Amino acid sequence: MTDVVRNALEIMGKGMLSIFIVIFILSLIVILLTKVTTTKNEPESEE
Amino acid sequence: MEFLISGIMAITWKQLVMYAVGALLIYLAIAKGFEPSLLLPMGLGAILVNIPLSGVINQTVDVLNTTTGTAETLTQHGIIQWLFETTIEASEALPILLFIGIGAMIDFGPLLSNPKMFLFGAAAQFGIFFTIVVAALLNFDLKDAASVGIIGAADGPTSILVSQQLKSSYVGPIAVAAYSYMALVPIVQPFAIKLVTTKKERLIRMEYNPKSVSRTTRLLFPIIVTFIAGLIAPQSVALVGFLMFGNLIRESGVLGSLSDTAQNVLPNLITLLLGITVSFSMKAEDFVKWQTLMIMGLGLVAFVMDSIGGVLFAKLLNLFLKKKINPMVGAAGISAFPMSARVIQKMGIKEDPTNHLLMHAISANVAGQIGSVVAGGVVINLVMQLLAK
Repeated sequence: MTDVVRNALEIMGKGMLSIFIVIFILSLIVILLTKVTTTKNEPESEE
Repeated sequence: MEFLISGIMAITWKQLVMYAVGALLIYLAIAKGFEPSLLLPMGLGAILVNIPLSGVINQTVDVLNTTTGTAETLTQHGIIQWLFETTIEASEALPILLFIGIGAMIDFGPLLSNPKMFLFGAAAQFGIFFTIVVAALLNFDLKDAASVGIIGAADGPTSILVSQQLKSSYVGPIAVAAYSYMALVPIVQPFAIKLVTTKKERLIRMEYNPKSVSRTTRLLFPIIVTFIAGLIAPQSVALVGFLMFGNLIRESGVLGSLSDTAQNVLPNLITLLLGITVSFSMKAEDFVKWQTLMIMGLGLVAFVMDSIGGVLFAKLLNLFLKKKINPMVGAAGISAFPMSARVIQKMGIKEDPTNHLLMHAISANVAGQIGSVVAGGVVINLVMQLLAK
């Protein structure tokens, strides 16, 4: 296996992991924000 | 009379090929409606830059200085080369500025009300990395392999920006491949999805019960996304930041005319110039290579594996979920918005006319916009780190 292929596999592993970490953190933040900022009586709520 | 035919006599066979490529792109744009806003200018530009001694690219001319009697070399500056060097090579300004417009056009509401769809925006970037590995196996060097792989971001500006930042030799073919396959999503995605799903899986029903999204969430979201993405992948700050800048203008509610400009005039102006500027990288000596054909093939691999990655991730999640996800929705996690969402909706209706997957697909599709720009930044970051070793 050449160095380039080895590096490409490393990019694959780290790249997918990084994207999933960012996306996972963002989705958790959105869930938290939605819980905190949306109440039954909040007049600004919109779908 | 020789001066009249010297231009024709100077045409090389590679330039003839590029005239045919340019004509094909123009045909696809006009007759078939394939991404006309980019393919038409790229097609014409491909012809312009390949006319011998074309005035749209820099030409050096040896002239005799009649005062000193010595030969001098004069450079005549060409407009397309100047546009490329200034707006893409020096600063990547054109694709980055286009992101303001894209961000202003996006409504993150469906995604914010259904946050688990975020995950498909990550899963459907798999094709990028799979293609990087395949390109490496085909003897592309790392920066070119990464640049080819980013076609799988299914986003033209991201593809141009990443390939330019990595100083790839194949910016032209990569741009052509990215925009061509984006236009071919209605053909590529159904093929890829049917490869890895059963009819029973495609019939899974999904009800749409969105949670309400507050205005505060809509306002904080673009800021938080930029911050988080930037901390993990600093190279993505330009892409993500400008995307979210456009979105914040839209959501602020106090910048009506700026939002309107960002959604309409700005992207139109930039798109007007982007295609013809990118055509600078379609000079015959750079484009007519075996590698160009390989890049076209690898671009297809990227799009197919993006769709398969999203679908397989949905099937993986279904192992743990009581309310199953229709795996086709996973394929909508690519950045080709809104075409991919429409393709999934159409496929869902075809299997079951009462199963409307559109809003779920739109959520995943919008997540793909974020996932693709993060992927672009991550790829640049990782390649630079590896090349620096």
